[in-house]
Amino acid sequence: TLQIEKGVKKQKALALENLISNGIIQREETSMEEEVAGQRQGCFNLADILYFSKKGFEAIADDEVTRRFSSEELISWNLLSRTNVNFHHVSWQLTVVWITGILIRYCLLMPLRVKCWLSNQVQMTCAALGVRCLSGAVHFHNRENRPQKGGICVANHTSPLDVLILASDGCYSLVGQAHGGLLGLIQKSCMKTTQHVLFERSEMKDRHLVRKKIREHIADKTKLPILIFPEGTCINNTSVMMFKKGSFEVGGTIHPVAIKYDPRFGDAFWNSMKYSVMTYAFKLMTSWAIVCNVWYLPPMVKEEEEDAVHFANRVKAVIAAQGGMSVLPWDGGLKRKKVKESLKEEQQKKYCQIVIENGTVGNGNVH
Amino acid sequence: MDMLICVFCFVFFPPPVSHSQITRLYSRFTSLDKGENGTLSREDFQRIPELAINPLGDRIINAFFPEGEDQVNFRGFMRTLAHFRPIEDNEKSKDQNGPEPLNSRSNKLHFAFRLYDLDKDDKISRDELLQVLRMMVGVNISDEQLGSIADRTIQEADQDGDSAISFAEFVKVLEKVDVEQKMSIRFLH
Repeated sequence: TLQIEKGVKKQKALALENLISNGIIQREETSMEEEVAGQRQGCFNLADILYFSKKGFEAIADDEVTRRFSSEELISWNLLSRTNVNFHHVSWQLTVVWITGILIRYCLLMPLRVKCWLSNQVQMTCAALGVRCLSGAVHFHNRENRPQKGGICVANHTSPLDVLILASDGCYSLVGQAHGGLLGLIQKSCMKTTQHVLFERSEMKDRHLVRKKIREHIADKTKLPILIFPEGTCINNTSVMMFKKGSFEVGGTIHPVAIKYDPRFGDAFWNSMKYSVMTYAFKLMTSWAIVCNVWYLPPMVKEEEEDAVHFANRVKAVIAAQGGMSVLPWDGGLKRKKVKESLKEEQQKKYCQIVIENGTVGNGNVH
Repeated sequence: MDMLICVFCFVFFPPPVSHSQITRLYSRFTSLDKGENGTLSREDFQRIPELAINPLGDRIINAFFPEGEDQVNFRGFMRTLAHFRPIEDNEKSKDQNGPEPLNSRSNKLHFAFRLYDLDKDDKISRDELLQVLRMMVGVNISDEQLGSIADRTIQEADQDGDSAISFAEFVKVLEKVDVEQKMSIRFLH
């Protein structure tokens, strides 16, 4: 009966977790060892493919990674049709409310915001005004931990809005992807006022160059703290993906910042592959509001025996814990490029270790 | 267009799958369909990282594409996924006279059998077994060792002495395996 109780508890916990994570299917996190080895000694069995085929089909129905590169699905609808993925008619009263919402957002909120936005467009120092124009209700927590000069500020990345929000509460130098178009113009105008470091995504491969520039910047204690988003791309704010180790190798104090948007009021995630900046800005201005919480976390330094990857994961865990997001080891770069072949080889190696014992072929137990 | 086919099917052949499950799978299908042409290609599947690192990833992807075709529409997508529906769902439909549902124990095993049997001759030959083994272990085992594993497996399963594993022999080997648990994916409602 103890086992049955444990089983029931596990099912309940799993159901709750799945509800929170908004998945489509129920995933049991069993390891390869449990599923393949079972009760027999290590050796190949015709049934072993069942494990891999089930895992494959689970990934096809719903996977942890590609889910993060599109907007979060909400458990209950916030009256924005763009977040209504599974449309089904509930009642005519709701439809009336929704139509009223549209009228308010498109005919009242947006024109006011456009007027505001145009007049402040050129002045980047009016970042605070910009946030207010989008009806940004930003709550800053633990302001005493705000990044100091000569430090590196790292945060989870959801949209260019993150920069606006952080810049409204402090001055930073930025490291980021050089954009074309409207955003590029804004970036160029920023360059004139403050020291920023801009890269092409292809140039980011030249890690030495990046590191050198960052190192030079933080060595000068009079320079503004440098703001870096180690995920390297926009993620949809439900999880924190792999932190690239570059910024954690240069030494210096890391000031972690957690940024969490409230999805009920508007979707702040910029899906740069789907929407241009203008479309994104329009979406923002026709949402209810941008509500977000910013937590400044206590500064962290790399310990002596620690390597950069371990340190990066430590910082990532702290940010995720504060923001209430899950931690994923996957690289945000998978949004654009294919997964590394070496990860597949790891899976194959793991299977071998189960099937082959001590380098010998194992005895012939099929059952 | 595919949605219309689905609606048509639901009205005239009501399946024991809920409306919301179909809708969710359809939005999953469209999110995978980067070309936005209503079909999925092999590249669309390979873009899923957890599938790309699966040693049997390519075989699983192949299962979606009928002979000689490079695109799969939503109906084909659902048909293949249907193999992994839990067996208990069939009790709800109670259709005794209809064809055997895709997710019966027998059809699930047949699906697994076809992952091995590439040339579809209803036998798993030594070569076909070796191919799958090689996919699963990568470069970590020598040809000889792999050969002896394959030989031993065939030896134990083969009952009619043709040095290959037929479907009936395959079923016999897996008779004690809980196929329901190992080949089912449950939906959250």
